[in-house]
Amino acid sequence: MEIMSDLQFTGRPLSLSRDNLGGHLGKGGSLPGSPLPAALGSSMPVTHGSSPAPAHRLNAADLKKRFRLDEFIAEKLITLVAFVSLAAIISIFVFVFREAAPFFQTKEAVAVQEEVEEETYGDDMVSAHAREGASRDRSRELDANASEGESTLGNLFSLSWAPVSLEPKYGIVPLVVGSMKVTILAILLAAPIAVLAALFTSSFAPKWSREILKPAIEILAGFPSVVIGFFALVVLATVLQDLLGYQYRLNAFLGGAAMSLAVIPIIFTVAEDALTAVPKYMTEASLALGATRWQTALFVRLPAATPGVFAAVLLGFGRAFGETMIVLMATGNAALLSLDFFEPVRTMSATIGAEMAEVVFGDTHYNVLFLLGAILFLFTFTLNAVAEIFIRQRLLKRFRGL
Amino acid sequence: MQNITRLFSLVLIFGVISVVAEVKITVKGSDTMVILAQRWAERYMAAKPDVTIQVTGGGSGTGISALINGTTDICNASRPMKPSERDKLKQRFGTRGVEIKTAQDGLSIYVHESNSVQELTIEQIRNIYAGRITSWKEVGGSNEKIILYGRENNSGTYVYFRDNVLLGEDYSATMQSLPGTAAVVNAVTKDKNGIGYGGAAYGKGIRELKVKADANATAYAPTVENIKNGDYPITRFLYLYVRNKPTGALKEYIDWILSDDGQSIVSQVGYFPIR
Repeated sequence: MEIMSDLQFTGRPLSLSRDNLGGHLGKGGSLPGSPLPAALGSSMPVTHGSSPAPAHRLNAADLKKRFRLDEFIAEKLITLVAFVSLAAIISIFVFVFREAAPFFQTKEAVAVQEEVEEETYGDDMVSAHAREGASRDRSRELDANASEGESTLGNLFSLSWAPVSLEPKYGIVPLVVGSMKVTILAILLAAPIAVLAALFTSSFAPKWSREILKPAIEILAGFPSVVIGFFALVVLATVLQDLLGYQYRLNAFLGGAAMSLAVIPIIFTVAEDALTAVPKYMTEASLALGATRWQTALFVRLPAATPGVFAAVLLGFGRAFGETMIVLMATGNAALLSLDFFEPVRTMSATIGAEMAEVVFGDTHYNVLFLLGAILFLFTFTLNAVAEIFIRQRLLKRFRGL
Repeated sequence: MQNITRLFSLVLIFGVISVVAEVKITVKGSDTMVILAQRWAERYMAAKPDVTIQVTGGGSGTGISALINGTTDICNASRPMKPSERDKLKQRFGTRGVEIKTAQDGLSIYVHESNSVQELTIEQIRNIYAGRITSWKEVGGSNEKIILYGRENNSGTYVYFRDNVLLGEDYSATMQSLPGTAAVVNAVTKDKNGIGYGGAAYGKGIRELKVKADANATAYAPTVENIKNGDYPITRFLYLYVRNKPTGALKEYIDWILSDDGQSIVSQVGYFPIR
């Protein structure tokens, strides 16, 4: 904080390389306009970037100029980029909520169209047989009475999701339950595997195997989810059905199992980092007191890293909750409200993925899909925020007794 | 100097003319019709090199939304446009759209090839999809649970089936939604208790059921003859929708689709001409 205010005070843009930072700190704050080399020279050898320090005394004006131009521009550019991406995220946030909001507003009734003969073209070419077939099509008369669906809270919390219906039902309960089912299953399957794998890699694995394992699992995090979904749909579905003998080929369990493949690398990576970050003196102290490697790993390392591991699981939870492609392909997408894990489900993200392309902009259906998006957004946002702020910072201190 | 100016303006004029002469037509909508539309486009573009036709699928609902949102010239639809959709089109473009019937199609009911059930009445199919009949035993099969497969709700087939077989009722919540006829066929192939619906499909592992209008009627298989005669009870039209009465290049293209040449492609693809 002190450094920051100092920088702002002098009004001179400084690069935060370790050298001149050290110089500044050593001096305890320099006066505005004080010659730079003096500040730098007090501690470490003056090196800047890749250019070696010249042997003779530096020309103060020279150095100052270089610092000002390229670094000033670079710094401002980076700041700008950072702010633009931040602004983009915020505007997505605003957009999602703005599109969802009309659901809660009463819509003005669209003026009822007086009966007009629907215009056709080329009907005179249609054969008599075909025309008879057309007269049997009941879509027209049924659609004449179709409504856009009530945008009421009662409809929103009803138990059935049938948005394309003569009386559209926008009950999001089955979708929320569906998302929870798949996500919880995925975490139940992924978390133990990932955490144990992280414990193994950080505490037991010999160096060579750690060097293979860690990058290999981390690469898995970038695995396209559509490929995992396809694998689940074609291979895993048949294997699991033969193995467990359940009724529905595509179901929540299959979705959860496939999703765990996507979540394991995320939990593993963060948990492994947390376990490796446990101070060495703790492990050494434990070993010195006669504890075995196993005892040290399980009763010293793991507890010390608990907040980080917990954060890892939460991050995995957020990823699983928002994941679309895998569930779209592997869960059967039936908006069924049940607690049976072996029945098909329709999740919120899959619903958005499947239906967004079809809705008319501004429709009630459109607003409901955005509402689902907003719920997903809020949920994952909260989870990530909790994982980041609360656990990583506050609990980390408490558990380590710092 | 004058020569150069003259040359330049000549080039400019030719450039403008060639851009204007290049006609681009976008077609979007029904997945059922996407192959048909592509064949039409290929044949037509081969005959008229100055016309470019872009065809994409996505579902009838998607196509109609695109027509309303102004992102396509022609919309393919396997169901008629709803009055509410026509009203939305009217709000944007001041027109309620023009409907063109282009082909006929029969909807088949698929089961796994090992299924002992041979035929169903429309009413039985309705009860199965509405969730009132849940075991194959109730329709003369083995004592197994019926697993329902259907299409996603942006599909015209979904809406047509709901209106004409379920008579407007909602599908049972246990129906699994799949993207496209191929996915439905594939799912039924792998599920011996499955049932699905969609356009004519010839796949290993599935069988198309005979359907009868009511308990006393004769059951018909979805064959070319039966659909053309109007004997098979679940047939529908495949439509094109445009915003205004077609003119110019668009009219030429649509007239060609309705001509003998265009209609012969309908039979080649596996649907049935309208005349």
